[in-house]
Amino acid sequence: MSSDVKTSGMPDGPVPSSAAGSGDDASGRSPKENAERATKLAKAGDWSRRAPLLPALIFVIVLTQLPFVATIVVSFMNWNAYYPEERGFAGFDNFARVFTDSNTRSAVMVTILLTVLVVGISLVMGMAIALLLDRKFRGRGIVRTLMITPFLIVPVAAALLWKHALYNPEYGLFNGLLKAVFGENAPQPDWISNNPLIAIVAALVWQWTPFMMLILLAGLQSRPLDVVEAARIDGASAWQIFRTMTLPHMRQYIELSGLLGAIYVVQNFDHVFTITSGGLGTANLPYFIYQTFYTAQDYGRASAAGVVVVVGTIIIATAALRTAFSLFQEDNK
Amino acid sequence: MSTTARTSHPEPEAYFKDGARVAHPDAPRQEFNHHKSPKSHILLTLAAWLCGLLFALPVVWMIITSFHKEEDAATNPPSLFAPLSLDGYRSFFDAGPWPPLLNSLTASVVSTILVLLLAFPAAYALSIRPVKKWTDVLFFFLSTKMLPIVAGILPIYLFAQQFNLLDNIWLLIILYTSMNLPIAVWMLRSFLAEVPVEMLEAAQVDGASLTVTLRKVIAPVVMPGIAAAALICFIFSWNELLLARVLTGTVAGTAPVFLTGFVTSQGLFLAKVCAASFVVSLPVLAAGFAAQDKLVQGLSMGAVK
Repeated sequence: MSSDVKTSGMPDGPVPSSAAGSGDDASGRSPKENAERATKLAKAGDWSRRAPLLPALIFVIVLTQLPFVATIVVSFMNWNAYYPEERGFAGFDNFARVFTDSNTRSAVMVTILLTVLVVGISLVMGMAIALLLDRKFRGRGIVRTLMITPFLIVPVAAALLWKHALYNPEYGLFNGLLKAVFGENAPQPDWISNNPLIAIVAALVWQWTPFMMLILLAGLQSRPLDVVEAARIDGASAWQIFRTMTLPHMRQYIELSGLLGAIYVVQNFDHVFTITSGGLGTANLPYFIYQTFYTAQDYGRASAAGVVVVVGTIIIATAALRTAFSLFQEDNK
Repeated sequence: MSTTARTSHPEPEAYFKDGARVAHPDAPRQEFNHHKSPKSHILLTLAAWLCGLLFALPVVWMIITSFHKEEDAATNPPSLFAPLSLDGYRSFFDAGPWPPLLNSLTASVVSTILVLLLAFPAAYALSIRPVKKWTDVLFFFLSTKMLPIVAGILPIYLFAQQFNLLDNIWLLIILYTSMNLPIAVWMLRSFLAEVPVEMLEAAQVDGASLTVTLRKVIAPVVMPGIAAAALICFIFSWNELLLARVLTGTVAGTAPVFLTGFVTSQGLFLAKVCAASFVVSLPVLAAGFAAQDKLVQGLSMGAVK
């Protein structure tokens, strides 16, 4: 039906390179015809083009950028709700306090440690399990379903589950299993008090490994198998195939899952809040900020810490955007 | 070739294409295991099953415990075969979870609908007839996702306090919409980019307006993408704790807020905590199991298909 579209009345003009699908050579049209079509699609006017975009764009700007600008303003103010009469301009005082305060420094360290450990361990485990699931075997569908279950538990519920049903020193599953296996004299560690940060890391790794696994598995299954087949026929070992063919293909999937995971783990609040309430040296920046403004009501200092988080996140985000961009170019080829 | 000699499948004959040795095109497209010996196949299968069971164990344990009596739930060593009981669920539902569950449902469903209504036209403007600098706009959307919620929560709190919007479900709905909108735009764009341009031309020739084109031509084609985006938005809204905890209270509190308050205010009852965690997770579990493939696409923002 598209062949009898009239293209006569259209004045010739430069073809905008952005016109979608103009390079479609499978349709059998001449380049000139295609160009005319593209022009026609582009002609409808810039405003009719922008109109569908604007509601979403304005919505996002108002609700994410404005609050952040306000946070920056407040970060330069003396503003504690408990001392309203002292409100005023503070210059860089809040930032100085953020960088000299040992609690904040500890929160920065915890955030980095938590993110690196959780994302690193989840990535390695996710990759190993994805490789296990990338084979045909009996019950693969069931195993995959079992594997993704942790990711489908509401984060607060997962944190509660780990804290009370697994870690509890008196009746948690871990110590219960120790007793069931080693008898009455089995060691009964207090998991959370002994290693509070590791306890949070373990619960988060449990929840994030399935996420890594799902994306990596999708990546593994998009491999061109005939090339792998050819390599195998030529006598390449499984390890050689993995190192020289699978890993390079998987690179962008590993980056994508790692960076998406990092964005969420940096912001983790639920687990720290539920498992330790930020105690025992486990307060990360989101929890620290929550506490500073919600409990201590120190708005200026909380805002300064918020700005610091954003600057830190921008560093990760730049890397993330670059990855997304490379995927995206792939997408547009 | 000794590793391939023991396969359970017929070895595809090697044949040459463009001077390179490749698998015979008629050979069945086997997955990655047919060069393994049966023994290592069994070992790897066992390892896979073990991983699946280990990862699911805490959830299975949660479900078992939720159906035990309190005195059987909190024993050491664990009593797996204690008599079943609905006490945990009874005391959870006695604690009045319906308003928070309904708040969660309202916030998640309404914000998901709002997200789709806003994201779908935006994705259209970024893919099919893209505006100028559309890549910049797309990356702007994505970059807002990387702005931590804590960086803006204080002004939002102060604003809500000023205008009496604290403990108001609509504030939460609006915030969840802005939280999920960037992901939805990003995902839907990658699905819309695959709509064949002929279909749009046909609609244009027939004189269809933009709304009609979006609704009647594009929407049916990208339904899987819309479903994936909706699923992800629903899950993220349902799971959210920080905003809900700071901005809501007794009236508009959501299920995650209820869960946290529930443990601290009433002391610890393990069966009840497990029942509560299971009930609150149930919608996400059901949605996630039902749409596993869409989940992958959604989580990777449509980048992985």
